[in-house]
Amino acid sequence: MLEQFTFVGLLFLVATLLGTLPPALAWLLRPKKPHPRKSEPYECGIYPHGEAWVQYKAQYYIFALAFMVFDVEAVFLFPWALIYNWLPLYAVIEGVLFLLLLLGALLYAWKKGALEWA
Amino acid sequence: MDWLTRLLAFLSNAIVNIGAWLQSVLMGWGLPEPTALLVVRAVGALVVGFFPLIVVIFLIWAYRKIAARIQGRLGPNSSGTWAGPWGILQTFADAIKMIVKEDIRPQGIDLIPYNLAPMLVVFASVMLWAVIPFGPGGSLIGTDLNIGIFYILAFSSAALFVFLMAGWSSNNKYATVGAFRAVAQLVGYEIPQLLAVLTVVAVAGTMKMQGIVGAQNVIFLVAMPLTAFIFYVASLAEINARPFELLEAESELVCGYFIEYSGMKFGMFYLAEFMNSVAVAAIFTTLFLGGWRGPWVDQAPILGTLWFFIKMGLVILAWMFIQITLPRLRIDQMLNFNWKFLTPLAIVNLCVTVLVNKGITEAFPGGAPVWTRAGILLLSNVLTVLAVWGVSALGRRREERRAWRAVQTAELEVTV
Amino acid sequence: MTITLSHVLFVLFGLMVLGGAIAVVTVRNLFHAALWLMLVFFGMAGLYVLLEAPFFAAAQLFIYMGAIGILIIFAIMLTRAFMRQPMPRANEQWWLAALLAAVLLGVLIFLILQVGLGEVVRAQPVPEHTLQVLGVTLVDPEGYALAFEVASVLLVMALIGAVTIVRER
Repeated sequence: MLEQFTFVGLLFLVATLLGTLPPALAWLLRPKKPHPRKSEPYECGIYPHGEAWVQYKAQYYIFALAFMVFDVEAVFLFPWALIYNWLPLYAVIEGVLFLLLLLGALLYAWKKGALEWA
Repeated sequence: MDWLTRLLAFLSNAIVNIGAWLQSVLMGWGLPEPTALLVVRAVGALVVGFFPLIVVIFLIWAYRKIAARIQGRLGPNSSGTWAGPWGILQTFADAIKMIVKEDIRPQGIDLIPYNLAPMLVVFASVMLWAVIPFGPGGSLIGTDLNIGIFYILAFSSAALFVFLMAGWSSNNKYATVGAFRAVAQLVGYEIPQLLAVLTVVAVAGTMKMQGIVGAQNVIFLVAMPLTAFIFYVASLAEINARPFELLEAESELVCGYFIEYSGMKFGMFYLAEFMNSVAVAAIFTTLFLGGWRGPWVDQAPILGTLWFFIKMGLVILAWMFIQITLPRLRIDQMLNFNWKFLTPLAIVNLCVTVLVNKGITEAFPGGAPVWTRAGILLLSNVLTVLAVWGVSALGRRREERRAWRAVQTAELEVTV
Repeated sequence: MTITLSHVLFVLFGLMVLGGAIAVVTVRNLFHAALWLMLVFFGMAGLYVLLEAPFFAAAQLFIYMGAIGILIIFAIMLTRAFMRQPMPRANEQWWLAALLAAVLLGVLIFLILQVGLGEVVRAQPVPEHTLQVLGVTLVDPEGYALAFEVASVLLVMALIGAVTIVRER
């Protein structure tokens, strides 16, 4: 079992190498001439005004929460999908019911206007 | 003629044979077998890791060339400075330029997350390749994990926070807004994608990538075109291709979350974007186009790798055409399309496919003929599309009638 | 006892989890705390792999680093622009948290003592097809079929709660 993950471990090392090598190379080769004018935040030529970390709308949070709901659902459904060919019909319907409940919740959110971008 | 047959036998399974040859050489040097195997695997990991990089170098050139031709331009060529025939070395020149560019650090950045983000993006897109099957058997795939496709979903989902990391640490309003929008988009489109993957897993009966390839006696694109469509559209959004290209949105967010990155760090984001496109093409090929399957693979396994690359190339070409010719959606349209169309459709599609497939299994106790199963699944897909179309048409008509009634009452009030 | 690669990896992942966890509670910057939390989640996934439970490792990456991590960072960013200023480490409910932590520590120590510190639990061979078995028990009426459906209801409740938050806005 674990030896299946040997390759994942080796690829982990290669991926780390690929991720760090180009920036490291650039760090060695590039010129370093900092200037305060250069390092101003780029806001299309206008002087930046106020904090960059402003408050965002709650809408984003809803999408993240909905994403989490469907993620958890997927983790439940993957083992079910894996053996569904060997399951009796009622067990398949159990999974479908699981999905339809979520579809109902999604439609409810839709009707209540939670999915609008406003 | 003896050497010719031997050469052909070697070439017919070249990659595996090179690995075996390497292992025998290492064991000839006195290395014990496990160590030799480990070294061979490490070489394999290097090849798998650098493969997307090398593909991307030529992909960027091809993309620019094709985009230019579609838009009536020349694209990279050698008219100014020599860059190889048809400007094929242009990407190398760009890479060198990026590496020697000055790295501008805007004031007020959060240094460690700022520098870590571009590395992690590339890291995550390389990790996806561990379970992609390049050919038949156990040697032409990094490792055929039990959880196969779920491993890919896990890594692509785990990498999402990097965008927030890049955007937040840049100390720039555009970058933070861009990061928020990017994550809202990626998070949303992950849902139909994984529902489509669930459909494939259910019908194939396995999460192993080789198992999914093996289950496609009729390729899933034919048996389940709707699932393939959902997966492909969601993937387009995941890799930030044009109809959904809101992460960058040059005219509004001036590059989105990586606006403050310059030099090679910008290059890393650019690289990761293209690497993800290649990875998505490879995953689509494996899930829906039968992966390495094709004629004469049994005689010469190397042909499987060739078929895989040809199919992958076609998927990439389709991506390019879509990307180059379509305009961009607005963010509310993009979110509506996902939450009000693609996600419900994916849930309905999963339920219908699962029930129909179960029904076929029950109806044919001795095992359904391959084409019968595919045909019935295809039919159920067509019926689903028609039903969805009918429901949405009804909904639209009701909306129109309501709007019409509102107009009429308004007129009445005016006359009274 | 010979030290194998998996021992080394266990220590590495363990340090990743513990060090990350300590950083999460001590770092003053909330956003950095969230990033350290990601490291903890990643280390947990590594530990699951060492326990030969790859599905749970992937689920850890998928749900915790993917969904929960994003949720936490969004929550931090939605709560005003205070991530710049260092926050006080504890609020007025610190004694409640301390009490709960002490109780949890007591329970854990009790459990560990029950097993016995000296005895090392011998590694059982992991049965094959664990995932298939999991799938069957999830939908088996004798098994967890009810819990499976209740989980769906719970998720529906989460979505409806989210809708309520939006409507209050």
